[in-house]
Amino acid sequence: MSNTMSTSGHAGFISARMLLFWSGIIALCAWVLVPIYLVALGALGGRAGAYQWPKNLLPNDISLQPFILFLKTEGVFQSFLNSLGAAGITVALSIALGAPAGYALARYNFRGKDSYRLLVLLTRAFPLAILALPLTVSYIRLGLYDTVLGVGLIHTVLALPFAALVTQGIFLGVPRELEEAAWVFGCTRIQAFFKIVAPLALPGLVATAVFAFVISWNEVFAASVLTVRHRTLTAYLLTVLSESPMHYRFAGGLMLILPSVVFIFAVRRYLFAIWGVSSK
Amino acid sequence: MTQSRPWIPYALILPSVVFLGLLFIVPLVQTIWLAVSDNGTPSLANMTTMVSDLNFGRSVLNTFLLTLAVVPIQIVMALTMGSMVAKMNGGRETILWIWTIPLGISDLAAGMVWLSILQNTGYLNSILFGMGLIERQTAWLTYQTPVALFIGIAIAEIWRGTAIVMIIIVAGLNQVPKEFKEAAEIFGASPWTRFTRITLPLIRPALQSALILRTVLAFEVFAVVYALGGRNFPVLVGEAYNWQNQNQNYGVAAAYAVLIMVISLAATLVYLKVVKVDPERLP
Repeated sequence: MSNTMSTSGHAGFISARMLLFWSGIIALCAWVLVPIYLVALGALGGRAGAYQWPKNLLPNDISLQPFILFLKTEGVFQSFLNSLGAAGITVALSIALGAPAGYALARYNFRGKDSYRLLVLLTRAFPLAILALPLTVSYIRLGLYDTVLGVGLIHTVLALPFAALVTQGIFLGVPRELEEAAWVFGCTRIQAFFKIVAPLALPGLVATAVFAFVISWNEVFAASVLTVRHRTLTAYLLTVLSESPMHYRFAGGLMLILPSVVFIFAVRRYLFAIWGVSSK
Repeated sequence: MTQSRPWIPYALILPSVVFLGLLFIVPLVQTIWLAVSDNGTPSLANMTTMVSDLNFGRSVLNTFLLTLAVVPIQIVMALTMGSMVAKMNGGRETILWIWTIPLGISDLAAGMVWLSILQNTGYLNSILFGMGLIERQTAWLTYQTPVALFIGIAIAEIWRGTAIVMIIIVAGLNQVPKEFKEAAEIFGASPWTRFTRITLPLIRPALQSALILRTVLAFEVFAVVYALGGRNFPVLVGEAYNWQNQNQNYGVAAAYAVLIMVISLAATLVYLKVVKVDPERLP
């Protein structure tokens, strides 16, 4: 009798713990998701929704109309294109410059390797976006000020060290023997790289590219300092922030969030591999 | 590999070295020179202007308080999240994906998200009103409510910035060998003892890099503050931005930049010293 009592008591204890455990998990999920839901409500609720009081937490009076109106506001679409352009440049440059460095770190031992790694890691201890401040003067001189290319270049400084470290991990994951076998069968080094290594490393490289995109897409400070008329979306939203009505701010927030959420979803398998490597 | 062509690795790293030299090292030196010079001669004028500015003391204090409030909470939350997913079997991937969503969200967007909740006719006030806790719309984000504004900004920062800490810590936890924990369990160590004596020491490298990354980012806080509080809550990067864009005074802006860099470097060095990583104990 007492035996069965204690067993059922034990089971009750376990399920109470399970209940607590899952409530914690659900609460943390809500903590992430509910604010996004609320800003979406705000973005789709329009002017009337923004000043409604008290607010309804259910999606009753929403439509795409206010969001489309926001997209048609002067400057929004152009700054969206500028953001895409700057992010595209960032992706291209950080992969083109970072992947070879990652390959060198993964495959070769050479003098200065540690110094190079130190340089790359050093960038992490600096608030890099701040470097946009002195760049203003040189950018004006070089004609890069207020251009999408200029923003892409400074964003590459943010993404390149990351790309070099992450691609090092990716290339370490491609067995060296496969590459050496290709040499034995008569491939040149370059052929071996593009026929054997590149296809195997491709998914990781795509994930790195996505991260470079997100880094650039989300950067506010440097983009705001280095542009006046050709603003990226973040820079545009920051400068019109104080004079734009509430529902425009929410629409802007939603527009910034949507692409990055989709991208993070696309690379979710690589998140931990990438950060596990780059945090060493 | 073969040492017959020793120039290959150098050719591979050269483009990135040149690039970082031109757009990292050169601007770094320029910033320092701009900060400690005046019309091309060494001078502390910019530093003096910065220090004697009305907002200087407040922005230093605010930035430090925000970092001190945000970073420890993020580390604790990330450790909790990491331990939770470690116990899960099904649904682990989905939960992890949901928890990492804020990784892709910019600080500006995070500010706007929490603005929709904390503004006068926002959801927080609506809920408090519905529960009968307040009678009319309450302002949380003005300079008359500095504590509420501080908490609002801290919450937005915690909401956005915890994902990156969690990812680094989960990546670290994944590398802890299961045998260690099992052995401790066999010897009767309690879950808390296992956590503090086995897990924490083994994830030190991950903890260290999470702390460095997050603290440097916390000293860079800007857009989330601007979106929520405008200029009601001065922070260091915000001041640098104002001196550069509003006052067109690049020297003082550079002085702020140098100050932020010195603080970030100092924090990094402190972490490297305090959270010691013994290379022989790495899993």
